[in-house]
Amino acid sequence: MSEAVAHHDAHHDYHATGMMRWLTTTNHKDIGTMYLIFSLVMFFIGGAMAMIIRLELFQPGLQFVNPQFYNSMVTMHALVMIFGAVMPAWTGFANWLIPLMIGAPDMALPRLNNWSFWILPFAFTLLLGTLFMPGGAPAGGWTMYPPLVLQTGEAFPFLIFAVHFMGASSIAGAINIIATVFNMRAPGMTLMKLPLFVWTWIITAFLLIASMPVLAGAVTMLLTDKFFGTSFFSAAGGGDPVMFQHIFWFFGHPEVYILILPAFGIASAIIPTFARKPLFGYSSMVYAAAAIAFLSFIVWAHHMFTVGMPLAGELFFMYATVLIAVPTGVKVFNWVATMWQGSMTFETPMLFAIGFVILFTIGGFSGLMLGVTPVDFQYHDTYFVVAHFHYVLVTGAVYSLIAGTYFWLPKMTGHMYDEKLGKLHFWLSTISVNVLFFPQHFLGLAGMPRRIPDYAVQFADWNMVSSIGGFVFGASQLLFVIGIVKCIRGGEKATAQVWEGAYGLEWTLPSPAPYHTFSEPPPAASIEGGMR
Amino acid sequence: MTTSAIQRGARRLAAVLALAPLAVSADWDNINLTRGVTPYSQEVYQLHMLILWVCVITGIGVFGAIFYSIFKFRKSKGAVAAQWHENTLVEFLWTAVPAVILVVMAIPATKALVMMEDVAHSDMTIKVTGYQWRWRYDYINEGVFLYSGLARTSDVARQLNSGIDPKTVDNYLHEVDRELVVPVGRKIRFLTTASDVIHAWWVPALGWKRDAIPGYINESWALIKEPGVYRGQCAELCGKDHGFMPIVVRALPEAEYTAWLEKTKAEQAPKTADSASAPAVTVATAQ
Repeated sequence: MSEAVAHHDAHHDYHATGMMRWLTTTNHKDIGTMYLIFSLVMFFIGGAMAMIIRLELFQPGLQFVNPQFYNSMVTMHALVMIFGAVMPAWTGFANWLIPLMIGAPDMALPRLNNWSFWILPFAFTLLLGTLFMPGGAPAGGWTMYPPLVLQTGEAFPFLIFAVHFMGASSIAGAINIIATVFNMRAPGMTLMKLPLFVWTWIITAFLLIASMPVLAGAVTMLLTDKFFGTSFFSAAGGGDPVMFQHIFWFFGHPEVYILILPAFGIASAIIPTFARKPLFGYSSMVYAAAAIAFLSFIVWAHHMFTVGMPLAGELFFMYATVLIAVPTGVKVFNWVATMWQGSMTFETPMLFAIGFVILFTIGGFSGLMLGVTPVDFQYHDTYFVVAHFHYVLVTGAVYSLIAGTYFWLPKMTGHMYDEKLGKLHFWLSTISVNVLFFPQHFLGLAGMPRRIPDYAVQFADWNMVSSIGGFVFGASQLLFVIGIVKCIRGGEKATAQVWEGAYGLEWTLPSPAPYHTFSEPPPAASIEGGMR
Repeated sequence: MTTSAIQRGARRLAAVLALAPLAVSADWDNINLTRGVTPYSQEVYQLHMLILWVCVITGIGVFGAIFYSIFKFRKSKGAVAAQWHENTLVEFLWTAVPAVILVVMAIPATKALVMMEDVAHSDMTIKVTGYQWRWRYDYINEGVFLYSGLARTSDVARQLNSGIDPKTVDNYLHEVDRELVVPVGRKIRFLTTASDVIHAWWVPALGWKRDAIPGYINESWALIKEPGVYRGQCAELCGKDHGFMPIVVRALPEAEYTAWLEKTKAEQAPKTADSASAPAVTVATAQ
């Protein structure tokens, strides 16, 4: 069926050339590529900051940076990785894949699409420019808690406007995805036939629309507190510093599912492909994702158990939080059941997907532990938390992004990537990432707080181990770039199907996917064939 | 020195991989939560171990199934993929069983939380105020207060490129110029607040941390059972010297505590207006 959808696309792929092509493009594949490259650049900028952090923590005592700059690194690393690396990467995959997966010619709102990408370079110019400003970059943590964040120097308004821009970009992207999925599905592509990546992205898009404006409101209140004499968060003026934390985390907790839900979708595409067996429970995966999204709105205060809430509040947020383990467990059990009695092969995407399932689950376990309020009074704001969220973000979201890259790169470039290099990338990353983050559990339990540039000597050994893991993990990611560049420049020709067990509309197209695809909807038979 | 630290670290890592932490070892305190010295900290420790074991056992099951599949259901070993999917009973069980386990875990968790929040019937009150970057302790109704900041020895050593090896400094970054002195065996109510930005007062041996927030007064309590010196530090990012805001609690037997209190009261008693008066006279008039 691939020739049926491809042959008539070639004759009208006119577009501007050079820089103007990329500035003016409204093509979902071009925009998706730009998002993905942007995200990769940010991954390395944020990674460089992480290397500075691990370098300073290699030994007790201050050897390389002063505490203020260290705090800036901690703050900027988080903002760059969350808003610059992971979120744009998901939007990049959405741009590339959602039209291909639902049989649409492009996104529903192509000009908005161009705009939502091009906001990002401006946002990150504002943010990264603060590194060179008097007073330095923001150093109050990415959570921007007042009153501390109000002590930021000239960087402060740049931080606020950068966050506004990032939010505007995300909201525009989310609107586009919702509009596309609800209006542009090929005939016969009913909602309960959508690939899970599309499902998890719709849910993510609704989370974005509901939560990003809340963040925008919170940072705007910070701005007026700083410059226009309001006292939203100043106790001296009758305001409430804790209110900021409630508002921030009402955004912040859905945000963590914005970062991880599309990862669930990618794992649900890759595991059945390489197990050559249908996903165990399609509908229960959809319902579990929806349940997680719903719960994500009623658990925000578990990030702030130690602010001193009434007992009833603490109990409610504890129960709601640990309840998330149920739908999350359903997802993990589904992936395991999909592998069970399959016929598995272990190409790089599968390796990263299995690594994702195992290591994300470890992050889930520490998350469950953190959700239990009385024990959280010990864990909170320690390296145990740092270990937890890096397991879910690095070996969760980032692993899934890497898996997805290797999985769809042949479809994007028309070439197979270097399998040996990919496997080396996986094994080096997986060993080093555990050397990096697992000991941080011990550090946190033994009493080391987060966000400190120097520590008491009983924490020295594990910090050194963690730093060594960090350096190796950082260096391993260069293999990823080498692999991508090699695959763009050449390599074994990829077939349309690419993977023996691949299913879904995108694999009915030739590799590389033509500039315009599905100008006419795919035949209904191919949709039935894609649905497993 | 560096090499030996790396070797030590590598040896420990090897030990971890060998599941050594499951055995009680001398290094246990460096990788696990402290049992602490209060009834609450011990509740928390028990709860922590309970959830940890639930996670470990669940992990063994889940990861065991994954690794079994990886080795057994390989295409290279001739495995042929089954095509079954969806099974209502299995799906019901893997939803209901975790839910039941969570409910069972929630019972001791709820009890511990109720215990922590019961600050009634305390024997004394200490107000803790966070400043950038030191603590102030007020002994309510005793008229005694003290400021407590990073000890001079640590402060010198922690400067960028100080040339002083932290390992040669006693209790590097966990030493203060004035300790908080408290009695054992009394239920102490702690009121935490802050004067500038948010801090968090945390001594792991007491079993909790609590934010110190401008405009808020948070209540917590501790009943220390054993005399000793317990160390901790600020746990909420509070600016450039957040990492240099240690807490040291010295718990004394009742009699020694009373003697300390009387002595401190005498030192802090209001001095007579004339600064020329001798300290000894000042103490005498204050009595």
